[in-house]
Amino acid sequence: MAEVTGIKEFIKPENLVYKKTKIMTDNVLHYCPGCGHGTAHRILAEIIDEEDLQSETIGVSPVGCSVFLYYYLDIDWQEAAHGRAPAVATAIKRLMPEKFVFTYQGDGDLAAIGTSETIHACNRGENFLIIFINNGIYGMTGGQMAPTTIPGMKTSTSPYGRDVKIMGNPLKMTDIVATLPGTYYVTRQSVHTPANVRKTKKAIRKAVQYQKLNKGTCFIEIISNCPSGWRMTPTQANKWMEENMIPFYPLGDLKVPAEEPDQQTKNPEKND
Amino acid sequence: MEKELRLMKGNEAVAEAAIRTGADGYFGYPITPQSEILEYLMEAAPYNTTGMVVLQAESEIAAINMVYGGAACGKKVLTTSSSPGISLKQEGITYIAGAELPCLIVNVVRGGPGLGTIQPAQSDYFQAVKGGGHGDYHLIVLAPASVQEMADFVELGFDLAFKYRNPVMMLSDGAIGQMMEKVWLGPQKERSKTVPEWATTGKPPTRERNIITSLDLDPARQEVFNRKLIAKYNEIREKEVRFEEFQCDDAEYLLVAYGTSARVCQKSVQLGRAEGLKVGLLRPITLFPFPSKRINVLAGKVKMMLSIEMSAGQMVEDVLLSVNGKVPVYHFGRMGGIVTEPEEVLEFLKSKIIRG
Repeated sequence: MAEVTGIKEFIKPENLVYKKTKIMTDNVLHYCPGCGHGTAHRILAEIIDEEDLQSETIGVSPVGCSVFLYYYLDIDWQEAAHGRAPAVATAIKRLMPEKFVFTYQGDGDLAAIGTSETIHACNRGENFLIIFINNGIYGMTGGQMAPTTIPGMKTSTSPYGRDVKIMGNPLKMTDIVATLPGTYYVTRQSVHTPANVRKTKKAIRKAVQYQKLNKGTCFIEIISNCPSGWRMTPTQANKWMEENMIPFYPLGDLKVPAEEPDQQTKNPEKND
Repeated sequence: MEKELRLMKGNEAVAEAAIRTGADGYFGYPITPQSEILEYLMEAAPYNTTGMVVLQAESEIAAINMVYGGAACGKKVLTTSSSPGISLKQEGITYIAGAELPCLIVNVVRGGPGLGTIQPAQSDYFQAVKGGGHGDYHLIVLAPASVQEMADFVELGFDLAFKYRNPVMMLSDGAIGQMMEKVWLGPQKERSKTVPEWATTGKPPTRERNIITSLDLDPARQEVFNRKLIAKYNEIREKEVRFEEFQCDDAEYLLVAYGTSARVCQKSVQLGRAEGLKVGLLRPITLFPFPSKRINVLAGKVKMMLSIEMSAGQMVEDVLLSVNGKVPVYHFGRMGGIVTEPEEVLEFLKSKIIRG
């Protein structure tokens, strides 16, 4: 019992180094154990808190696992139809240019049904942030093949693994939007280690600053996992992600502002 | 302020009226026979004067979702298209109805189905009045019969949309959109600075966060919401019915027609009266809500009713429901982009109904 007493003595306000952000609500996250969405939500909430953006922010949630994102962050929200978030955000930002506007979309939403809206918003250089969660699968509907499912990956609609001759190739949307003149900052990150969480948070903070300066579209892909959809434990899922997803979708910046040269562009960083 | 008299196409009148009524945003995609609306707005460049946003979207689907985003900010936004483009917008329209957002959608109808023709038709009545997209919802549907009404119904449409938090459709057609008439235009109004309490404009500390969505996974709550919508539609049915009567007082033969067909039938009534036939015309101005009560009253006074539409017979179903068996109801109309002639209407009335 001495140990328990010791912990109680340690849990004091002055020792608190990690707490719920102001923006996160008390709603219990509906995500599966080990899912990356919770972490991504958390760092987004931290940025909105730290940059004092609550009264300036309009978020656009997608159709997919993060459809209920509006349960968890105490900001104004619009829930878009499947794939249409960039069109919705286009109007919000054009009608209220002084506000901070972002979309948060999964791979099915952004890279399949919403391909057109994504590419055209990025090509017009709409001045908002797109956060793109890529876990290579349709999570909410039960683990079907996504546009980003990597070759050989098993899903409920590619039960023998994705055969690219039959099912076509995965789509690297982040690489595509990086080539468009309207995008200003395009990066691919992950949230599966503390170091990666910090890098992703840094990327979101940069995107907030660029939006204030009217620089154009910022696009942050977050490579994530789906333990339930992948039929793995959370630990196995992160290991599989490191060994399979990240080599296919290397982490690092794909497009950085000309005035801020970044070596990562030439040498996508290795995952640490 | 003085009104200004101009000679304009119906499509141009919509564009000019949108600027003058203080619209905040227009989002569209080119399609015949309504491309003049986007062209006119781009030439007028109201973003330099009133601050109105005008954007050519990458598709009708994107355009209607831009309308969703703008409407959810409490802004006065509209989109316009023609039949095939309106079909593409249906997903967005049902989301807008489900999220209870105000907006104006103009359909300059052309012949269908499919790619159809580019000439005027009235074959989108079912789509506009009965739903169009999935789920239980209604649009408020206004049917202009002149260039003047295409201008006037922009402001009326926005007023009704905001009053009821409901999308409004102006159901025009290629004839009214393309023809030129004189039109009185109101003075330029300032864009509204008031923000509805439900709008997403960034959450201040003084209120709860606003969430615009049409999703509820709990069927019990969804049913409560469906009942709320029904109550709203019933209120609209009670308060917002608009129609016009033309020589109905002593009519024995009642024509029912909207839009271009109503213009045609006005002539048919004159031709019939000249021959001593007691013909009258009821023109629904709102198609939802439909003037059912008035038609039912008139059914007690006339010998028959004839629904004239440039379609295979769509509004005739609402006339039948309104008449409720009191008198016989017929349908006549040309299709596929052909405008019915006044003489054809009279000939049908005489040969098929009176003599037949």
